[in-house]
Amino acid sequence: MSDFLSFTIVGLATAAIYAIGASGLVLTYTTTGVFNFAHGAIGMLGAFMYWQLRFDWGLPAPLAFLIVLFGFGPLVGVLLERGIFRGLQGTSEAVRLVVTVSLLFAMIGVANWIWDPQENRLSEKFFGGSSFKVIGEIITYQELLRVGAAVVVAIGLRVLLYRTRAGIAMRASVDDRPLAALNGARPDRSAMLAWAIGCSLAMLAGMLYVGGIALEAQSISLLIVNAYAAAMVGRLRSLPMTFLGAIVIALVQTYWGAYVPQGSEAAWAQYFGQSIVFAIPILILFIVLLALPAARLRGHGLTRTREFYPMPSWVGASRFAAIVLAGALMAIPLVAAKDSLTIAKLFGTGILVLSLVPLVGLGGQVSLCQFSFAGIGAVTMSHLGGGSPIGLVYAMVFAGIVGAIIALPALRLSGIYLALATAAFAVFMDRWVWKLKPFKLPFTDVTIDLFGTAGSLSVERLKIFGFDSGAKGKVLGMNLSPEDRQLIVMAVGFVAVAMVVVAIRRSSFGRRLLAMKDSEAACATVGMNVTGTKLAIFSTSAALAGLGGALIGVANQSTNADNWQFLNGLPVFMIGVVGGMGRIGGALFAGISLQVLNTMAAWPVLNTRFLGMGPAPEGWYSKFAFASPGFMGIGLGRNPNGAVSDMRVGFEPILMSRRALAIVSIGIVGLYVATLRVDALNGWIFILGTVVLLIVGAQIGKSDAIAKGTLEPDPDPSIEEFDGTHLEWVGIDRPVTDTDIALLDSKLGLTREALA
Amino acid sequence: MSLLEVDKISMRFGGHVALDAVTLHADPGLVTALIGPNGAGKTTLFNVICGLLSPSSGDVYLDNKSLTKLKPYKRARLGLARTFQRLELWSLLTVRENVQVAAELRAGFGSDGVDPRSEIESIVERVGLSDMIDHRVDELPTGQARLVEIARALATKPRLLLLDEPASGLDDQESEGLGHLLRELAADGLAVLIVEHDVQLVMDVSDHIFVLDFGRVIANGDPASIRTDPAVLAAYLGSSLEQPS
Repeated sequence: MSDFLSFTIVGLATAAIYAIGASGLVLTYTTTGVFNFAHGAIGMLGAFMYWQLRFDWGLPAPLAFLIVLFGFGPLVGVLLERGIFRGLQGTSEAVRLVVTVSLLFAMIGVANWIWDPQENRLSEKFFGGSSFKVIGEIITYQELLRVGAAVVVAIGLRVLLYRTRAGIAMRASVDDRPLAALNGARPDRSAMLAWAIGCSLAMLAGMLYVGGIALEAQSISLLIVNAYAAAMVGRLRSLPMTFLGAIVIALVQTYWGAYVPQGSEAAWAQYFGQSIVFAIPILILFIVLLALPAARLRGHGLTRTREFYPMPSWVGASRFAAIVLAGALMAIPLVAAKDSLTIAKLFGTGILVLSLVPLVGLGGQVSLCQFSFAGIGAVTMSHLGGGSPIGLVYAMVFAGIVGAIIALPALRLSGIYLALATAAFAVFMDRWVWKLKPFKLPFTDVTIDLFGTAGSLSVERLKIFGFDSGAKGKVLGMNLSPEDRQLIVMAVGFVAVAMVVVAIRRSSFGRRLLAMKDSEAACATVGMNVTGTKLAIFSTSAALAGLGGALIGVANQSTNADNWQFLNGLPVFMIGVVGGMGRIGGALFAGISLQVLNTMAAWPVLNTRFLGMGPAPEGWYSKFAFASPGFMGIGLGRNPNGAVSDMRVGFEPILMSRRALAIVSIGIVGLYVATLRVDALNGWIFILGTVVLLIVGAQIGKSDAIAKGTLEPDPDPSIEEFDGTHLEWVGIDRPVTDTDIALLDSKLGLTREALA
Repeated sequence: MSLLEVDKISMRFGGHVALDAVTLHADPGLVTALIGPNGAGKTTLFNVICGLLSPSSGDVYLDNKSLTKLKPYKRARLGLARTFQRLELWSLLTVRENVQVAAELRAGFGSDGVDPRSEIESIVERVGLSDMIDHRVDELPTGQARLVEIARALATKPRLLLLDEPASGLDDQESEGLGHLLRELAADGLAVLIVEHDVQLVMDVSDHIFVLDFGRVIANGDPASIRTDPAVLAAYLGSSLEQPS
């Protein structure tokens, strides 16, 4: 009994942290409509700042605590509101999601930048870990502080939201922002207040959590997943239910850890019992998702959108495929064997992004767990592949089935729940499934063995139609190393998946996906089973990710759990969106960008291999490279069609003029041959030369096309552009400024004199 | 029994009674109108009939089959199509693709061998949008966008067509064209149920009118009887104006 009491106290103290974290999340979500995936990362920053003040600079604990809580917290909140979240008003849920996920990623990057993760930072327990006794139970002051803080937060939020003018204005602006403004509330100010309080609560949870443990940016940031589960019990609305959810989750977790046999004879109990403790909040999250009633189909009226999903033609797609394959083949003689593998991985990343194109770009659904599906594909390939292409089929089937199972509870609900469920699934895989050691299923002879006892699996290289990708030697006159062969396999895989994506877009299924993205209500009223369609595209996307994972495993010849961590997968999603989710070119862009960034992160390797510039200076750029996908994602919203769309507009004139096309093609081939023959030229000069040729070619093509009348000359920027924004979008993309009005007046001749 | 039977449907949102035991019917070959002041519950009733809202009580029958427990897409597959007061078009797609998606779905779920995929252009022509067929629908003015919704609904080859304010945003000429279209559709054997504020259009095209006020059916009958019904006049004009002194 005494044990039970002390476990309960420990559980309640943990519940207090979850509750504080979750209540901040619910507060900002209900008052601003932004579900902040970076909430945990803000808490993590708070914990690090506290550590900095208290343990590095030696400030007294209460002072450090109060500075973070009432200084940094609100400051970060206000800065984020002004700098990022205010600009998200009126954007789609997907854009808001990408921005907050990017923020999560960027914050971890920044924290690792400032506080070197190699260094051990222990945050001591509050009050030196001292304790007191109540009816025979030892209670630490730290536990008392945690529970006390949660009680104060609960009472404080209740009073704020129901008894103060500011709180009522906050609740009003959720219901109807313009209406609240008409009634004298200031929605912007309410939102700022909500973010200030939300960030303070996140930092409070972060500081309370780290008492007595070593600080580690990623794990603290992902603690938020436990808070999601609590918030979901309150359906992202009710604070009392959120607190209840936090208590249930923390107590189940604590009792499980305390009472379920560990280290017993049965191997399954040992492995099953221990690591699942960390996955319990996610299991509860899934149960809650299953229990929530299905969302009502709502219409939203006709929206005019800047998003554009052109119908790809088979001619254009074949041209894209030919360029990609030719590029891959041309690269082989230029680069060393190791670099062939690096380029091969670029296509692997590209396939993972391609798997998102039909899901996110066409269907408007979100998955944050493509890396987990890729991991399933890689493990399947290792176990069942044996170098045979049938392994790729198994990889797709397994990943697709798991995808369907994961998506089913969330698909009935609205978009944010699917994002949450997929993030939760990825963390669930990280925390539990990928960590499972081989064990026997109880009462059977079946052994479950994912990554073996060593935690790493070998993956055999593919043999397809007599082409052994693991062998050396000449093929069709080209001397190909195994690495070169991986490059060919991956490029072919990428092109094949790209063609599948083009086929989906061109099919009736593709049209249905675009329709569903726009209006689910309309889809249902013409007889479309919306949930079924979502399920189909989600598992198709998971299967394609599984294929990508299997191919990446094949290229690497091995796979392990670290390859497929949730956080490693986020940049793929973010850069994919930045590149443009509506086009297959966006996937190639994402693959190249990520590979360049990864290579930057490993600057010394890049440097010695290509540039020979001697040892690298301090590795700040590797840290920058890690954080940059986050920064890129935060900048989204200005161009929902992605970067590739802009690039295409820039380079399309090459195809409009035969002269330009001839100059560019002959130039590239000539440069290529010269690079192969002349020792002084290397791969970098070839790449630079190609870029120059493309830019020059685009200019020539443009002037030719304008001369022929097939292209409109650039409009006079002083009339069309208002400070970088097209006139029609002024007031939508950004507020109208006095300068705009003055400029408009002058264009219309409405000068002071004229008016007088 | 009529094709559509709405039987004592009530809909409460918290304490607010939006629909109070509404009973009405619509028959093949006829244009049935549902009119009433703003907030009378007309769109709510449409949402209940097509399944976007579950009623608090009452039943909806299509051809003697209860729809009340069916999801919206299953109701559509039984031959129920609708348009929306606030347009619900697929703005990323062209006019042709909007109609095509519906036609492709109908070809998939229909068991009667009807394949409207070959009729896409003729359906678009029927609503008078042939010139705009390859335009993205978010480029169209509201009136034409409403016609796209009608074309899309027709592509499912429905038995019952619910039109929610199809004439709003149309000019007089277009409105007249819409009236002809509705009569043609009824002549083809379709049951048409229309919510509309354009009283002239309603009087011209309807065979039967139901008048809704504060969630209750206050009158029903042919256009001539509705025109002179005192309860209808009171609801539309206000009781104080009923008997000017």
